[in-house]
Amino acid sequence: MTIRPPSTSDTVGRGIYVHVPFCIVRCGYCDFNAYAGMDELAHPYVEALISEIRHRSDEGPVATVFFGGGTPTQLDSDQLGRIIDAIRDCFDVAADAEVTIEANPESVSRSKFTQLLEAGFNRVSIGVQSLSPHILAKLERVHSAERALEALGEASAAGFERRSADLIYGTPSESIADWQDGVGRILETGVDHISAYALTVEEGTPLHSWVGRGQMPPPDEDDQAMKYEWLVERLAGAGFTRYEVSNFAKGRSWCRHNLNYWQAGEYLGLGAGAHSHVSGRRSWNLKSPQGYIAKAPEVEEGFEVLGAAAAAADAAMLGIRLSGGIDLGHFQETFGVDLLESYGSPLEELMGRGILELEDGYLRLSERGHLLGSQAAMVFVSPLSELARS
Amino acid sequence: MIRAFSLIAHVDHGKSTLADRILQVCHAVPERQMREQYLDRMDLERERGITIKAQAIRLNFPSEDGSVYELNLIDTPGHVDFSYEVSRSLAACDGVVLLVDAAQGIEAQTLANLYLALEAGLELIPVLNKIDLPAADPERVSAELSSLMGVPAGSIFRVSGKTGEGVPELIEEVVRRVPPPKGDLEAPDRALIFDSSYDNYRGVVTFVRVRDGQFKARQKVRMMATGSVAEIEEVGVFAPTMTAVERLVAGDVGYLIPGVKNVREATVGDTITDATRPAKEPLPGYREPRPMVWAGLYPTDSDQYPDLREALDKLKLNDAAFVYEPETSQALGFGFRCGFLGLLHMDIVRERLEREFDLELLITSPSVAYEIVTTAGEILSVHNPADMPDPAAIEEVREPFAAAMIIAPSEFIGALMELAQERRGELKEMHYLSEQRVELRYHVPLAEMIVDFFDQLKSRTKGYGSLDYEFVGYVPGKLVKVEILLHGNPVDAFSAIVHRDRSYNYGKRMTEKLRELIPRQQFDVAIQASIGSRIIARETIKARRKDVLAKCYGGDVSRKRKLLEKQKAGKARMKQVGSVEVPQEAFMAALRLDDK
Repeated sequence: MTIRPPSTSDTVGRGIYVHVPFCIVRCGYCDFNAYAGMDELAHPYVEALISEIRHRSDEGPVATVFFGGGTPTQLDSDQLGRIIDAIRDCFDVAADAEVTIEANPESVSRSKFTQLLEAGFNRVSIGVQSLSPHILAKLERVHSAERALEALGEASAAGFERRSADLIYGTPSESIADWQDGVGRILETGVDHISAYALTVEEGTPLHSWVGRGQMPPPDEDDQAMKYEWLVERLAGAGFTRYEVSNFAKGRSWCRHNLNYWQAGEYLGLGAGAHSHVSGRRSWNLKSPQGYIAKAPEVEEGFEVLGAAAAAADAAMLGIRLSGGIDLGHFQETFGVDLLESYGSPLEELMGRGILELEDGYLRLSERGHLLGSQAAMVFVSPLSELARS
Repeated sequence: MIRAFSLIAHVDHGKSTLADRILQVCHAVPERQMREQYLDRMDLERERGITIKAQAIRLNFPSEDGSVYELNLIDTPGHVDFSYEVSRSLAACDGVVLLVDAAQGIEAQTLANLYLALEAGLELIPVLNKIDLPAADPERVSAELSSLMGVPAGSIFRVSGKTGEGVPELIEEVVRRVPPPKGDLEAPDRALIFDSSYDNYRGVVTFVRVRDGQFKARQKVRMMATGSVAEIEEVGVFAPTMTAVERLVAGDVGYLIPGVKNVREATVGDTITDATRPAKEPLPGYREPRPMVWAGLYPTDSDQYPDLREALDKLKLNDAAFVYEPETSQALGFGFRCGFLGLLHMDIVRERLEREFDLELLITSPSVAYEIVTTAGEILSVHNPADMPDPAAIEEVREPFAAAMIIAPSEFIGALMELAQERRGELKEMHYLSEQRVELRYHVPLAEMIVDFFDQLKSRTKGYGSLDYEFVGYVPGKLVKVEILLHGNPVDAFSAIVHRDRSYNYGKRMTEKLRELIPRQQFDVAIQASIGSRIIARETIKARRKDVLAKCYGGDVSRKRKLLEKQKAGKARMKQVGSVEVPQEAFMAALRLDDK
């Protein structure tokens, strides 16, 4: 039986994101707000985080909590526990809330997982990235393939029922066999969720300069597309449902926290560089851990207030990534915008080219369209005016 | 006591410097005003080290024989594009000084100019210049000149324009050998326009040689070729600055301001005569200036289009050989199709536009004008592939040919023959100037000449080869129009008229190039090259397979939006050809195909 993936109207509710910017090493491809060699800041950072939590405390319900990074498991279990406790103190976190922590294989152990479970986490997302040693080396990961598989096993043994693996595909020199073999071994661990990201060369990363200098070829579009298409089939066969461009869940075990982003829901972002979206206002915190610690609890760096049209455009841009698509009726109720009317001709063109589909009041990416999501999302943004002129 | 003469030479053989020395010997310019190459007026000419516009200067030379002679020194242009202008300048002279660089020896334009002078029946004084150079080899070069002209090597003058050595002696020789003018003061007035320029305040200024009769202010005159009638505002001489005189009489060289506003009404080579008592026959040799090389000129910033139009209008006022017409290109927007005498002319026009009018321009790769005989018997001149009729309506296509004269050290014969063959050249004559130097004469399609032929010649002869060419006529050829289609739509900017034997190559090169330059689209795009309905080459740009942001960036929606906005801006800048989006850079790179 096929499971219908959620659309924009299967809303989750407010989430809380906690950013932990520490890592053992910074990987060559990573452009997140993460730093290696700043472990001595861990303690003051936790204090600052707790002060921000108290500062932003409110009565509203919270459906999900997500600790991301960086490597949240660089903090010890006590520190993580104190943060969770503070959140539960200051917000109305639902009893059945999804509480996820990201972990890297080198920073966890069987006992650490047990402690995390005790601290209140009920879902773990492990940064496996690849199970091919030569690709792990290329990505500058510090763990082995075996260690990644062990970590997934330890999480399971400790009692984590909900485990996700993050994978990266399409790194230059990764063979088809490397990829297929890796996915097969991940499935054997019994994870209930897989996030698979095509390697992208982000500006400002070491990878970007390697490619720029010709030390590494850029990722190949066709290679990535082929690996993706294979993955979609392989995972469907293993009982997974794709619910977003890069995300696959066994049964209905979607990552509810991330689902809320694509549904243009509200979230509080806590910690250095974290982003929030509350009542049509997007804001972001100071990025550097030192700056964040120094300014806490007043850590907001900037914000933008969305007008009705901009809010609708953002929601469409995000929602179109969901495999369940945009529920057009619900969208009109929420934002007062009839998408088919407002963006008629570009949407029709994309439908004509088999990138978008319209069915029963849902607008969504076709199978092929999942790989061309930006072509669809682009419809809802305006070109940067200064670029258009140059 | 008038002597009208000219200096002729290959480019860079030191003509302008020698002219400066002659001015000094005749005390024509106060020392403090003397600048290098005084006669080259425009800054541009000074920078490029070449002379575009011929100039005439009247000088007084007190000879050793006790008389003071009136010298009219006519400085000729010295580049291949301008051989017609050279020949008009020569028609205004009674003798020439043929300058040869004592280090370089005879080169192609030395010969071309020599033949022009011989044709005009002028007294010829061969001279070696730059004898001060360490690399000068006066013995060898004298021997070359001697065998070429049949004069004793010992009689050839040696001068240095730089140091002034031998210059007074040379002028004495000019006075002795150049004959005085033989005009008829009583015959109907006739003056040859050998150059003209445009002055913002006075309108067109013509440089003339009066052959018969006389001209004075307020005289009604007629231009015999163009038929325009005008009243003379002023006549005068360059002494060396413009100095009005009461009249110009038979034998005089000077300027005449006919009171017209456009150089087209008083073009080079035309004969001015009295309007009421006109001459029966014009002076010989007038030729309609005919543009041979065509290219599209587009402003890089489309906002500059009106400025470009205005600049072209102004430029046309003092450049009778320059023509243009509006042209629209899918790829480049609004611009002009411009006709030039040759590549140098094209370069000069472009530089003047950019410099004097502050425009940024894109120039498409140059082409030539073809003659097309239709099945209905009409003859069309086609300089834009877009105007080419349907193949079924074409009886014959003729392409312009150039006679090329190449002079180079004999060790390069093989390399030169290879080049000429690649360019569909036909060897007409080969001749040794000396054991080491050879002269080759080819007929080459002009279209093949104008695309880096000169650069190739230079590089294949290690810089020692020289070239002169002129248009000889139209020859029927197997020429076809190759169109490039993107997803079935022809793209005007990429179509070209090429020789049938080259069509496949052109089509293949262009389609391959475009496949690399055009980004993948949402669908498969066919790039085809066709002749009429026949497809001769095809490439496919496979549909884009993946274009999606991978991650969700932890709730950073602004960033995601910015990335998409940037991508969309890139898309918006692309040109739409049917349903295919083509980046401007792809058009530019493809249009500059031949630059490699």
